[in-house]
Amino acid sequence: MEFFLISLLNGVTYGLLLFMLSSGLTLIFSMMGVLNFAHASFYMLGAYFAYQISTYLGFGAALLVAPLVVGALGAVVERYGLRKAHRFGHVAELLFTFGLAFLVEEIVHLVWGKSSVDYKIPEYFDGTLFTLFSTSFPIYKGFMMLVSVGMLVALYLLLTRTRIGLIIQAALSKPDMVQALGHDVPKIFMLVFGGGTALAGLAGVIGGNAFITEPGMAAAVGSIVFVVVVVGGMGSLAGAFVASLLIGCIQTFSVGITFSVTDLAALFGVRLEDSSAVARLTVTQLAPVLPYLLMVAILIFRPRGLMGARES
Amino acid sequence: MIEPLFSRGRILLWLGGLAIAIVLPLVFSKGFAVSLLCQMGIMVVFALSYNMLLGQTGLLSFGHAVYYGLGAFVTMHALNMVGKGGFPITLLPLAGGAAGMAAGILLGYVTTKKAGTTFAMISLGIGEMVAACSLMFPGFFGGEGGVSGNRVTGKGLFGISYGSQTEMYYLIAGWAFVCVAAMFALTQTPLGRMANAVRDNPERAEFVGYDPQWVRYLMMVLSGFFAGIAGGLTALNYEIVTAETLNAHTSGVVLLMAFVGGIGFFYGPIIGAILITIMQIAIGGITKAWLFYFGLFFLFMVLYAPGGIASLLTVQRRLWVARLWWPLLPGYLLVLPAALVSLAGIVALVEMGYGLLEQEGTGEHAVHLVGLSIDAASGAAWAGAAALLAAGLLLVRWTWGRLEVKWNAALSALQNPGGAA
Repeated sequence: MEFFLISLLNGVTYGLLLFMLSSGLTLIFSMMGVLNFAHASFYMLGAYFAYQISTYLGFGAALLVAPLVVGALGAVVERYGLRKAHRFGHVAELLFTFGLAFLVEEIVHLVWGKSSVDYKIPEYFDGTLFTLFSTSFPIYKGFMMLVSVGMLVALYLLLTRTRIGLIIQAALSKPDMVQALGHDVPKIFMLVFGGGTALAGLAGVIGGNAFITEPGMAAAVGSIVFVVVVVGGMGSLAGAFVASLLIGCIQTFSVGITFSVTDLAALFGVRLEDSSAVARLTVTQLAPVLPYLLMVAILIFRPRGLMGARES
Repeated sequence: MIEPLFSRGRILLWLGGLAIAIVLPLVFSKGFAVSLLCQMGIMVVFALSYNMLLGQTGLLSFGHAVYYGLGAFVTMHALNMVGKGGFPITLLPLAGGAAGMAAGILLGYVTTKKAGTTFAMISLGIGEMVAACSLMFPGFFGGEGGVSGNRVTGKGLFGISYGSQTEMYYLIAGWAFVCVAAMFALTQTPLGRMANAVRDNPERAEFVGYDPQWVRYLMMVLSGFFAGIAGGLTALNYEIVTAETLNAHTSGVVLLMAFVGGIGFFYGPIIGAILITIMQIAIGGITKAWLFYFGLFFLFMVLYAPGGIASLLTVQRRLWVARLWWPLLPGYLLVLPAALVSLAGIVALVEMGYGLLEQEGTGEHAVHLVGLSIDAASGAAWAGAAALLAAGLLLVRWTWGRLEVKWNAALSALQNPGGAA
């Protein structure tokens, strides 16, 4: 019970963080048809900027400034890079963002070095929020949840209750018509791209110190976020939300379960002596592969994803 | 304009390529040069197998290293099992090819269900999955240390034991030649043609009566076979295979090679593989920021020359044939120095920045660039480099603006010869 509740809380925290990344990716994808390969690189930049800012001005300032800087950077990338690549079609756009991810990683290597930086949780967040049975739940995780849920509500209100949100929604499905009605669609694209990367940057600010800030973090999170988007259904925000929580929980639960096929057989009274490497693998060891296995299963049994609208 | 399959020019080209491959190690006979040539040969096969997907079928894969890596591991285990004598080493890369093909049959079924962007993401996910597996099964993948073996297993065919690097080179060159020829032949088959149709317009391909998913799947399996052979050659060449051969970095490098070379042409990836292997060694030996330059170069190619080097060469050749090349030469001669000035500015900025970080805390600020020693801590040096870059960019803009008019005129003259442009 204790294991279950704590894992669930951790899983939801991680899942919400994943959603902060996958929501931006999904918005950008459904609007422009561009899969932003460098999305996780903006997450990494968010973490590094926050580290740099927090050494001078403290964590509070970093929380506000770093996402804005990342978002501005994203808008610049869209305006002067992606828009050029757009002329050559989707493959060129995808390759552009791929090259960008490569370049960002090298820049991080050049500026902050190849090992991790000391980006710490601020002191006032040290401590325990509450204790469940015997396991303590840190304040900072609660703060992460708060920020993620706040972001979620803000995003929902922005998209459904404001004028710009309505225009964005319209531009998602009928960009030509929106353009004909006199809205500057390329500018909206730039805003959405900047907004999506700012969300990724925010995720980096609160995720970078909860986990670890190092040059490999973009690659590690990036592929998981792609899995989230495929499992949820390409271009579906609701799907991305469900898939984020699902994969967040799978990852936290599987880390704590030391159970293997051999154990399962033992449960039924079958003793597998000298069993093969596959049968002796525990769920914990399988943890890094589980999201991908889920993706494969989804692709075989439900190719459009959990909530994907159409077959492509 | 379709050339006949066995035209004289084409046969001469292939024979010439073969002759160059045979003569090269005699000219560059130093150990270092021969191992560079070996690496090139392997990468040519790998990049071409990649282009079967990207260039010919329109499938952008981010996980092609899976087939290459699995081929390498299986070949290494096969080598260790063969032991002394028995199976000839010459044919061992076939084991890698079989492994790559098997992986293609198994994994390709999942990945090729989709095309386009979704395929790209799925291939990435599958690539990550196999890479993660490599750490879970140390029995097969050898854990951190990898699997090693010894390719000299007694007397081989005709007494060739592949003990020396030169003998190994000829093995690689032979396999590379056979594979390149086979992959070229494949482009001429109905399957190769249908792959192009599926790339350009899957809906029409389906109306003609072909299942696009099936065509993609077949191309994936065949591409896995050739990637596996390339992996097998790596295993034999280095006599050690680590988990790095099947991770995302290797997948990225092969994509960059194929793209920089030119995915629209059969020979494009060959150029890319050779060029990037040389750059890796030559520039990578000089500066630690080489990957940064490489990323910049790649972005430049994506934005300004999406057809790759092969398409640039082809346009020049066509201009030459149409006698339109000479009028453009003065323009080229103006743009080139301007581009070099900008490049010098970028290099100076990057090297100074990198030098400062490298020597942080040592009190030294000197950065050595082509014989010059620059004080990276002085503002003047930074201002100078920035000015160099700005001046270079302005010059490029100005000279290119003048060339562009002529260039566009030449291109349109090329497209409708004799007619009014």
